[in-house]
Amino acid sequence: MKSKTFKMVGWIFIALMLAFIYLPIIMLIIFSFSSTKVMSGISDINWSFDLYKELFNTELLSSVQILDAIKNTLILALVSASLATIIGTVAAVGIHQLGRRSKRFVNGISQITVINADIVTGAAFMLFFTLFPSVFEGYPALIIAHTIITMPYVLLSVSPRLTQLNSNLYEAGLDLGAGPIRTLITVILPQLIPGMIAGFGLAFTLSLDDYVISKFINGNVQTISTLIYSAAKKGIPAVWRAASSLIFIVIMVMLVVFNLAKNKNKGAKK
Amino acid sequence: MKKISFKRKYFAFPYAFLCVVFVVVPLVLMLYFAFTDFEGAFTFDNFACFFTEKETQNVLWRSLGMALLATIICFLLAYPLAYFLSRAPFNKVAVLVVLFVTPMWINSLLRIYAIRTVFEMIGISRGTFAVILGLVYDFFPFMLLPIYTTLSNMDKSYLEASSDLGASPVRSFIKVTFPLSMPGVVSGILMVFMPAVSTIGITEMLGDKDVYLFGNLINDYLGEFYTWNIGAAYSFIMLILIGISMLLSNIFAKSEESPVGGAL
Repeated sequence: MKSKTFKMVGWIFIALMLAFIYLPIIMLIIFSFSSTKVMSGISDINWSFDLYKELFNTELLSSVQILDAIKNTLILALVSASLATIIGTVAAVGIHQLGRRSKRFVNGISQITVINADIVTGAAFMLFFTLFPSVFEGYPALIIAHTIITMPYVLLSVSPRLTQLNSNLYEAGLDLGAGPIRTLITVILPQLIPGMIAGFGLAFTLSLDDYVISKFINGNVQTISTLIYSAAKKGIPAVWRAASSLIFIVIMVMLVVFNLAKNKNKGAKK
Repeated sequence: MKKISFKRKYFAFPYAFLCVVFVVVPLVLMLYFAFTDFEGAFTFDNFACFFTEKETQNVLWRSLGMALLATIICFLLAYPLAYFLSRAPFNKVAVLVVLFVTPMWINSLLRIYAIRTVFEMIGISRGTFAVILGLVYDFFPFMLLPIYTTLSNMDKSYLEASSDLGASPVRSFIKVTFPLSMPGVVSGILMVFMPAVSTIGITEMLGDKDVYLFGNLINDYLGEFYTWNIGAAYSFIMLILIGISMLLSNIFAKSEESPVGGAL
C-alpha cells in the first residue's frame, strides 16, 4: 500500500483540499489591502491600507458599529463561556454521583440543545423571552442563551475526566480532615482543569460563531455575526474585508500559539 | 444535632434546573404556540398549512435534497482525505490535521463571506450551485474529524489479519476498514446533514430568490409576530425531522457495527 503512487496521489489530494479550504481566506486577506469596491480579478487590486484606515476611523458610523460589535462579541463570549464553565463543571461533579435514572434524565435534557437545530432553539428562546417583555432584552437574554447552549459542551469535556479519577481521592481528602468543599477545591478541581479549559474553548468558539439564536433575542445589541448577517441582504460594505481579515489573522495566530504551547507542555512532560 | 448533610449530587441541581427552565419550558411554550391560533384558541390550522400547501412541501423537499447533496459531496471529499491523513507517511505530519480542523474555530459567517467575495471575483453567480458549494465549504471539517478519528484509532492488526488470510488491499478495505469506520461516517453525516437542512445564513449570503429553504421559511414566519404560531408549528416539524434522523443514525450505526463484530 505504501507505493509511490499512493504517496503521490495522497500529497496531491491533500494539497488540493488545503487550497480549497484556505484559498478563499487568503484571497480575502489580499483583497483587504485594496480599496476597490467590487473585485472582479487580481488586476483590480490597488494596493492600499484604505479599508483598514476606514475601519479604525471612529467618525464613520459603519466603522463604529463594527468595532462595537467586535467588543460585544468578545464580552458575550467571555462572560457566557466563563459561566458555562463554572456551571458545567459543578454539574459534572454532581451528575457523576447521581443514580442511573437521574443521571440519564439530566444527560438527556442536557443533550436537547446540542442535537436541536439552532433555529428551533432560537425560536423557543424568543417565544420564552417575550413572556417577560423588556426584562431580558439585549445582553441578559444573549448571556443566558449562550450560557445555556454552551454548558452541555463543558459537561461533555469535564465528565470523562471525572470517570478516570480515582474515586477514593475524595474519601481520602475527607479522612485527612479536609471538609467536603475544601476537598473538592483542593483535590478534585485541579484534576479537572484540562477538561475545563477544553470546555471553555469550545464554549467560547460556539458563542463567537452563533448568529441564528442571537438574532432572535439580541434587541439592539449587535455581534459580529448578527451584524454581517443583517448586512448580507443589502450587500456587505468593503470595509468588512479589513474587519474579517483581522479576525482571521488573530484567530489563526491564537491557534498556532495555543498548539505550540500544548506541544511544548507535552514535550516537557516526556 | 440534625444537620443537612452535604452530598455531591446536589451539585447537579442548578444545571438541571437551568435546563428545565431555559430549554424544556421554552420548547413546551413553542408547542403551545404551534397548537394555538393568534387569539390563543386550540387549533391544528398551523400544521394544516404545511400539509395543504404544495409550495411549502416543495421548500422542505428542496432543503432535504440540497442538504443531502452537500452531505454526499462532503463525504466523497472527506473520506479519502481522512484515509490519507490517518496512514503513513501522512500521519507523521501532525500539523496537517490541525490545518484541516482550524476552520472550525473561525466564525462561519465570515468564512462564507470570504467565499462570497471569491465567487464574485471568479464569476460564480449567487444561486443553488453557490449555496451547495457554501454548505460543503462550511461543514467539511465536521465530516472530516469524526471519520479521521475512527480511522486513526482503528486497530491495525485487523488489517494485518485480513491480508494474512489472503485478502487483497481493496478487499480488506471493503470488508474491514470501511465497516469499522462506520461510526465515524454516521456521526459525520449527522453533523453535516442536520445543520445543512436548517441553515439560514448560507442561503442569505450565497443564494438568490430561488434558494429558499425550510430554515428561511421558519425564519420568515418567526420574523412577524402575527405568524409566530405558524413559525412555531414549522419549528416543531423541524424538531421531528431531527428526531427521525437521530433515530435512523442510531439504528444504522448499530446494525452496521454488529455484523462486523460478529464476523470477527
